[in-house]
Amino acid sequence: MKFADEFRDADLARSLADRIAAEAGDRHWKIMEVCGGHTHTIFKYGIEDLLPANVELVHGPGCPVCVIPMGRLDDGIAVARMPGVIFTCFGDLMRVPGSEGSLLDAKAAGADVRMVYSPLDALKIAQQNPERQVVFYAIGFETTAPSTALTLLRARAEGLRNLFVFCNHVTIIPPMKAILDSPDLRLDGFLGPGHVSTVVGIRPYEFVTRTYGKPVVVVGFEPLDILQGVHMIIRQVLEGRCEVENQYRRVVHDEGNPKALEVLSQVFKLRPHFEWRGLGFVSQSALELRDDFADFDAEKVFTVPGIRVADPKACQCGEVLKGVLKPWECKVFGTACTPETPIGTCMVSSEGACAAYYNFGRYSRARDRERALAGSGDGPVHEIRPVEVRAG
Amino acid sequence: MSEATLPPGSGAAIKAAAARITDPEQRVLERIAEIRKRKPSLREDAITMSHGAGGRASHTLVAALFGDILSNPVLDQLGDQAVLPIPGVEHLGLAVTTDSFVVSPLFFPGGDIGELAVNGTINDLAVGGATPLGIAAAFILEEGLDVGILRRVVESVHHAAERAGVDVVTGDTKVVPRGKADQLFITTTGVGVLPLPRRVAMPRITPGDAVLLSGAIGDHGSTVMLARGDVDLEAESLRSDTMALHGLTAALLDAGIDVHFMRDATRGGVATVLNEIAQAAGVAVAIEEAALPIHDEVRGVAEILGIDPLYIANEGKLVAVTAASDAGRALALMRSRPEGGEAAVIGEVLAEPDGMVFIRTGFGGTRVVDMLIGDPLPRIC
Repeated sequence: MKFADEFRDADLARSLADRIAAEAGDRHWKIMEVCGGHTHTIFKYGIEDLLPANVELVHGPGCPVCVIPMGRLDDGIAVARMPGVIFTCFGDLMRVPGSEGSLLDAKAAGADVRMVYSPLDALKIAQQNPERQVVFYAIGFETTAPSTALTLLRARAEGLRNLFVFCNHVTIIPPMKAILDSPDLRLDGFLGPGHVSTVVGIRPYEFVTRTYGKPVVVVGFEPLDILQGVHMIIRQVLEGRCEVENQYRRVVHDEGNPKALEVLSQVFKLRPHFEWRGLGFVSQSALELRDDFADFDAEKVFTVPGIRVADPKACQCGEVLKGVLKPWECKVFGTACTPETPIGTCMVSSEGACAAYYNFGRYSRARDRERALAGSGDGPVHEIRPVEVRAG
Repeated sequence: MSEATLPPGSGAAIKAAAARITDPEQRVLERIAEIRKRKPSLREDAITMSHGAGGRASHTLVAALFGDILSNPVLDQLGDQAVLPIPGVEHLGLAVTTDSFVVSPLFFPGGDIGELAVNGTINDLAVGGATPLGIAAAFILEEGLDVGILRRVVESVHHAAERAGVDVVTGDTKVVPRGKADQLFITTTGVGVLPLPRRVAMPRITPGDAVLLSGAIGDHGSTVMLARGDVDLEAESLRSDTMALHGLTAALLDAGIDVHFMRDATRGGVATVLNEIAQAAGVAVAIEEAALPIHDEVRGVAEILGIDPLYIANEGKLVAVTAASDAGRALALMRSRPEGGEAAVIGEVLAEPDGMVFIRTGFGGTRVVDMLIGDPLPRIC
């Protein structure tokens, strides 16, 4: 596959990994990947297998589904249950548990819940069902917000009166600040979010270097991108630099996408505060529709319960989202909380650290460490031999 | 009681496993591995679409509800087909299988619901080593269904049956009010015979065996999803792979290849079949990503939608586990036939950790391949 396979080359990966191992030396490195898309790639390709043990990747808060608090989801489900409503959302969200079941459960109980791949699909559904009220439950960072904004602009231009947006769009900088201010974590640098940066550019991260003295490298989503990002951070530290670098130049312009930013400011304004799972209320961290889009605002048009619901006691998604806990360190990881019966959001979304670790990472270096300790061998236990059977 | 005799999933087994381990992360992983061996229980109050996706939820439903209530020695084997003794006949068994087809849309590039029903039923018999004898087909029709559509489907059933050399020998029709079905659903039953004792059965799988795949994966599921028009993607050369595989299975067995197990990789994809093998046979399965045959169109669709081709349904592909010494011959034979032109050896069976499937990524890392959770593509067969 063109434009993808080039960034998954095993030989390049090995030589890059060797270079990282050589330059990382003996000290322990802690690098946070902010974005859930990166977390997914890291586990899917087994990138940790390639990194030396002293280079640790810490999984960050940038998973759009994971950061939605339970009360907010309950609000969405309440709207989905209203008669006449067609409730649309991205597939990841359907299995997230609310305080009384998920959207999938609401669907089984009769609510008309439909998975869409884009808010424009919701617009199409609204056009096809003029007698119904179609609600799009919008989630995501600056990456997905422009497509919601464009959809609303188009809906208004076409005079559509039955499309509504339940807006949960959030912004990436506030949670990064919250993590940097938290005393729990000592990081060496950040792998900056790739797709968010296509919209916002790389300037917004300058406070990380200036105020907090941590390097940032904006990276892409292919495995080689991530390895290169790790290498660039280590280089910065070793060379005494502290900058915002752009590894993802093939997609991200330093200035971002002015058109997308313009569309965002036309449709959205900053909320005074918004509740994040794990981080609590963070001021000016989310978007809501501007007043002239009030007719499209599901929160204003429908009666939404708006009750704040505490996360289940056993759930430690908050700590996982902040990178304080590794997924497997959560009390209920893999036992009470599994992708099939999730307790927290991190176990649901494919970008959630827990789901990524559970689905892909349960074969881990831990087994090899264990074996090394037991002195029963020198290589990985489950070395998979290359398949070399020939026909004939 | 020694550790080996502790009941799997029990508290004692979990403790014993944990006691051996000093690494905290590994201790958590061992605990999870033990817990996953527990008999599944159905927690939901209502059926959701996940229960029909062929992944873990489907398995839980079958094991915890149907298997529990209807339990008997034949059913408990949970095979693709049941094998019944024929009174008075010693060296032959009667293979029986049944399947329902609810695919939407009814017609898609490369096939339709009728062809799918015939081929799917034949394949469920063939992968057990049985020779199909006949098919029964029941049609549930929605009030208002265009007779022209029904005629097309039944003609397609006829052509598929003719091609396969297996007749539809009996059937049934029911009509339900408008809105109580979606156009038409088909339920089939297939009957075949196979020699006893069985040559192809889960318990014959042993560490060291080779794992083969009869061709490229993900064509059917991707095709149906695009045909539905839910996503604005086009891939003109993409076709369903619906195909009867009894010629291929018979050829493998007739050639004397030591086939230990076969299963067609339908709902839940190849990943689900490999997990079924790992769990039921108590082995690990290790596969190589680079060895997996996948067409570029499928890779593209999967990449854009964030779906792994390993989980996408096929309707004309089987996974075969053979003795390692016979893998080369099996591969050559598969490739020499139209059903197996793109066949590949994709991995091997390992002794432990039992119940797990791993993939070595083309990138050089290793990851777990679990059963399908949730339902990315409903109603694909």
